[in-house]
Formats: sequence, C-alpha cells, structure tokens
Amino acid sequence: MTPGLVNAYEPGEHPDWPAPSSVKGPMHWIKTNLFGSVTNTLLTLLTIYLLYKIIPAMVDWMFIDAAYTGTSRKDCEAQASGACWAFIGTRLQLFIYGFYPEAERWRVNLTAVLLVVALAPVLYDNVPHRGKALIFTVLYPLIAGVLLVGGIFGLEYVATDQFGGLMLNVIIGVTGIAFSLPIGICLALGRQSHLPVLRIVCVAFIEFIRGVPLITLLFVAAVMLSYFVPPGTNFDLLVRMLIMVTLFASGYMAEVIRGGLQAIPKGQYEAADSMGLKYWQSMRLIILPQALKIAIPGIVNTFIALYKDTTLVIVIGRLDILGIGRSSLADSKWQGLSTEVYVFVAIFFFISCFLMSRYSLYLEKKLHTGH
Amino acid sequence: MALLFAFFAYIINNAVLNLQALGKTFSFDFLQEPASYDINQTLIEYTSRSSHARAMLVGILNTALVAFCGVILATVLGFILGVIRLSNNWLASRIVYVFIEFTRNVPVLLHILLIHGIMVHFLPLPKQAISVGDALFLSNRGVYAPRPEFLDGFGFTVAAFGIAVIAALVFRRWAKKVQEDTGKIYPVFLICTGVIIGLPLIVFLISGSPLVWEMPKMGRFNLQGGVMMLPEFLALWLALSFYTSAFIAEIVRSGIMAINKGQWEAAGALGIRRNRVLQLVIIPQALRVIIPPLASQYLNLTKNSSLAIAIGYMDIVATIGGITLMQTGKEMETMIIVLLIYLSFSLVISAFMNWYNKRIALVER
Repeated sequence: MTPGLVNAYEPGEHPDWPAPSSVKGPMHWIKTNLFGSVTNTLLTLLTIYLLYKIIPAMVDWMFIDAAYTGTSRKDCEAQASGACWAFIGTRLQLFIYGFYPEAERWRVNLTAVLLVVALAPVLYDNVPHRGKALIFTVLYPLIAGVLLVGGIFGLEYVATDQFGGLMLNVIIGVTGIAFSLPIGICLALGRQSHLPVLRIVCVAFIEFIRGVPLITLLFVAAVMLSYFVPPGTNFDLLVRMLIMVTLFASGYMAEVIRGGLQAIPKGQYEAADSMGLKYWQSMRLIILPQALKIAIPGIVNTFIALYKDTTLVIVIGRLDILGIGRSSLADSKWQGLSTEVYVFVAIFFFISCFLMSRYSLYLEKKLHTGH
Repeated sequence: MALLFAFFAYIINNAVLNLQALGKTFSFDFLQEPASYDINQTLIEYTSRSSHARAMLVGILNTALVAFCGVILATVLGFILGVIRLSNNWLASRIVYVFIEFTRNVPVLLHILLIHGIMVHFLPLPKQAISVGDALFLSNRGVYAPRPEFLDGFGFTVAAFGIAVIAALVFRRWAKKVQEDTGKIYPVFLICTGVIIGLPLIVFLISGSPLVWEMPKMGRFNLQGGVMMLPEFLALWLALSFYTSAFIAEIVRSGIMAINKGQWEAAGALGIRRNRVLQLVIIPQALRVIIPPLASQYLNLTKNSSLAIAIGYMDIVATIGGITLMQTGKEMETMIIVLLIYLSFSLVISAFMNWYNKRIALVER
C-alpha cells in the first residue's frame, strides 16, 4: 500500500472491499479442501486417478457405446460393444408383471394407482379429506387382494404362482411393512410387560427371529409350515411367504420400537398414571406417539431392509424382479448379459431405497419439535 | 395364556397327524447314513461316502470361514471408509459417500450375484489365467495363490514369535509403570513392533529359512498346486464385506461425530499432537458408541452368508438344509438343525461382543 493512498478516503467513507483471495473464493476452497496437507494432496490425486480410470469407462459402457434396439444379443453386438439395453427393453413387461396374464394386467396397474391413493394420507398430512382417506387405506389390503387374485365379482381368477417381477417385490414389501408395524408394537409392549410369561414368550420370539436368517424362515415356509396346519388343508405358498416375511420384520420392528420406548423418561409413564389413564389409553395417547417419533429412523431402516430382502424369494423358486432377470439369462438369444440385468435391477433398487431414506429425513425434520 | 398353550398343542398335534399320514417318523438317524454327494470346498476330510453329519460339519465350517473372513475385511474397510468420509478432503469424502449410499441401497443378494457373474464371465479360462507376478493367478474357475509349506525347524520361528509377543507385553507394562512413576515416555509401539517382527525374522534366517512357497503352475489342462479359492467363495466374501462395510462406515462416522468437539479442543490444549488425539482420546470414547451396532452388523453378515445357496457355495443351508433335505425328505429335522445352528452362531457372536463391550465400557465411579 502506498503512503499516498492512506488518506484518499474521508473517515468512515472507506468502501467494503472483498476479502483477499487467500482466505475466500474458489482458489482458497480448493487449497484447503483438496490440497490442505501432504496426505490430503496424495488422497486427492489418488481419487482423481481412480475417477479417471472408472468414470469414462463406465459412461462409455452404459450410454455412449450401448445398444438400445435389437432382438437378440447378436444385434446388439453388431451395433455397439457396450451394454445391450435392448434386452431389458424387450422384457420390461416381464420385469414388471411376471407371468400375470396379459389381458388382466390393467388390474395390477389399478392396484398400483390405488396404492398411491392409499399411501398419500399416511405419508403426508395435508391431504384433503384425510380422515375418509385413511378409512380407504385400512380397507386397501382387502381391495388389493380381491383385485389381484380375483375369482369373485366377475374378475377372472389368477393363481398366485403367476405373480412375479416387480409386482411381487411390491406386494411382499408393502404387506410386510403394513402388518409388521402393529405386530412389532405389540411385541415391544409385551417385552416390557409386567406379566412374566407374556414377557418370556415375546423375548423368545424376538430373539429367535433375529437369530436366524430370513432364507431359512422362507425354507420353513416352503417345506415345513404345511405340517402345522390341520391335515388336508392346503394354503397358498405366497400367503405362507407373506406370513413369514411379516413375522420376520416384526421381530426387528419390535426391537426398534423398544429403543424408542426406553428413551421415554419414566416421568411420562407416571404422569399418565396420575392422570388416571388406563394402560392402553396412556400408551395410545402419551407413550407411543413419542416413542414412535424417536424410532422413525430405525423404522424406516427396517422397511428398507425388508424391501431389499424381498429379493430372497428366489431361493424358494419365486421369480421377483431379480429372479425374472436371472431366468431370462437362460434364453439362448440373450445369453451372457448378466451384467446388464444386475445393473438394471441395482439401479432400480437404489432409486426406490434412496427415496425411502430421503422421506425418513423429511419426516424427522417435520416431527422435530425440540429446540 | 391358556390360548397360547392351546395353540401350541394344536399345531404340534397337527404335525404329528401329518407326519403319520405321510408315513414319516421324527428321528435324527439319517445323520449317520452316507451323504453320497460331493462338496466343492471342504476344510476337513470329506468324501461322498461320508455321513450326513460330516457333510453338516463341512457346511458349518464353510459358513464360519466366510463369516470370519467377511467380518475382518468388512471391519477394516468400514473403518477406512468411515474415516475418509469424515476427512476434510472434499473429493474423497464425496466419493465415499456415493459408494456407501449405492452399496447399502442395493440388496446384498444382488451384490453377490453381480460379483459372481463378473468373476465367471469376465475372468479368462484357467489356461489363459491372468497372472500377477507369477504367484497369483486369476481365472474363472478360481484364484490360485502360493501355499506355504513348513519344513523342519519352522517350530523355532514360531517359538521365537511367542517369546517376542510375551517380551513385548512385559515391556509395555514396564514402560507404562515408568511413565506413571517418572513421566518418561518410551516409543512403545515402535519397539514392540520391532521385537515382534525382528526376533522371529532373525531366528528364521539363522535356522536356514525353513519355509517354501508352493507356487501354482500351469498344468496341461488346468492350474496345479498352491491354494485355490473358488469364485463362489470369493464372490460371497467380497460381496458380504462390501455390503457390510458400507453400514460399518456409517456406524464409525456417527461414533466419531458423537464425541463432543470439546474433547478435541481439550486434547489440543494439553498439547497432544492431532494424530495422537484420535488414538488416545477420540477412538476409545467413540468405540463405546460403535460397538453395539457393530455387533449387530457382524450378526447380519453371518446371517447373510446363508445367501451362499444362490451361487452354489456349500454352506450350512446348502448342505444339510439343501441337498440332505432333498435326499432324505426329512424337512422337519433338517430345518430344526439349521435354525439351531444359526441361533448358536448368533449367540456366540453376541456373547463375544457383549463381553468386549463390557470391557471397554465407561467405568462410572
């Protein structure tokens, strides 16, 4: 600074100059965040090298060098050396509906639309006529069951072993989610109960469920469960699977909710007692609303885990979206395209699970009433 | 309560009636019968003439092997990812974030199938196996690695290693006492590492290097010698480790973030260097937050290893719960065995983690 400039401004008239580039601005940001120290610089260079190796090759394979049309793998290979998305395109219907009869697929679509209608009042509370809409939500499982299976009201009967693809994932996921929450709440309350036998039964059930993998339970559903019903009765494999998945999810749900219940201060229970509320009243009005709010991240995590676990039905021979993809690979026209199928299914699961976890963040923020 | 007992009595009665109707008996005698099927990876002696019980044991060991390897790799990877996620290097932390979000939002079964598919389709046949330094051969039938062969006299090196470990422990205790009495600090870590590596190395060289590596060699049709790792095992191991490491990374991150910033500042005010702060102040406290969820991730990994059946790795579900069940038709007995084995795995892991958790828990006075 030259001495002559010092008095160039009247006192108090000095303009606000921007901060020097050494403490602010993009150059400074790069300097501190990417090249702050020797290790940092090395890490940055390593990451850039890795990105340079992976990203162009991946983009090339997935988009630039990919084939989108064709009727066999040979067609694809003639066009481009990258991914063969034509395979996914020609089988998209199969991926979504499985082997559901083509003429009846409008019923699946209708069920899906109604699912959105049924979920809306649960997910957002500023839906018009929320009270009436919730009644519809409660009735929804029944309506969906009738619509999908049919056999009454002039709807053609569709056997459940024709269900498949994405539809099967959604059916199992939604059923498991819808029924595991109430059962989980009951189990969590049972585990905290003062009645010793009830408590022991609940603890044993929860620990058993959490101690074994889901696929062994699915095996049990497939091969063993029919031994425990009266001789001569035969009930559907899909129903058996749904029961097992629901029980499995409720074991985990119970532990998540127990965490929420334990976080409630004892004073809340005592306050509810001193108001003269009965056990169920105090639970419904005071304890559970607070406990569930605390447990939301865990509950959503359980949902996401359950949704991902719906792919396991392929081990007992049911073809969900992953199973359909896998079995399509056996087609001699399209052999050897496993990477395309798995990448497609992976992207699909990533999007749906990621949206669920974002919704949970939104809910946490909305319900955050503390300071 | 009476209802519950009535329900149990009812279903057991049903089971008895059903078994009678099918002419089946409830017994575990089939375990002694010959299994008459082959298993592609056996850690113990096993032929198709061995009994079903032996097949079951092979399955248990295979499950234990993949779970053990998976837990170790997932923990190492998870801690590294969790720490990078917290580093102030923007680029690295973003990349790790993308990796974590993608990995944990995709079903683990898909990871297993994808990695297995890549191994089987993109690695060359054993004849054209990719060789890494002529020691490691990658092929679609498996990865071949050198196998150590211990000659006579290797026992001295093992003994030296044992002595070195004991010496290091004694030295550590002595150094700690000196530090408490006089405040003098020895470079304990360096000296211990030096002793533990150095002493066995010297003994090893003096006794004439009694260790040979058996290298895999290209035979006429196939690679021969060395240790062979099946693509099924590798795919399962890597997929389970990647999947679980994404969860562990988030657990580690939240554990470190749960430590009050004041702890960093207090340690800094005491003049402790930054990398020592992490080791002496932050990690010991963070571990208390990390261990319980980490234990449940280990349990999940062990349970997820049952997905081995999807790619044909012969674990407990594939042996006794799969082929044995099909051959003998003993659904009840085999499923009960499988469930009990998984329950005992879970109990052992949670007992160990509870013990460790108690050991590091904050002692409140």
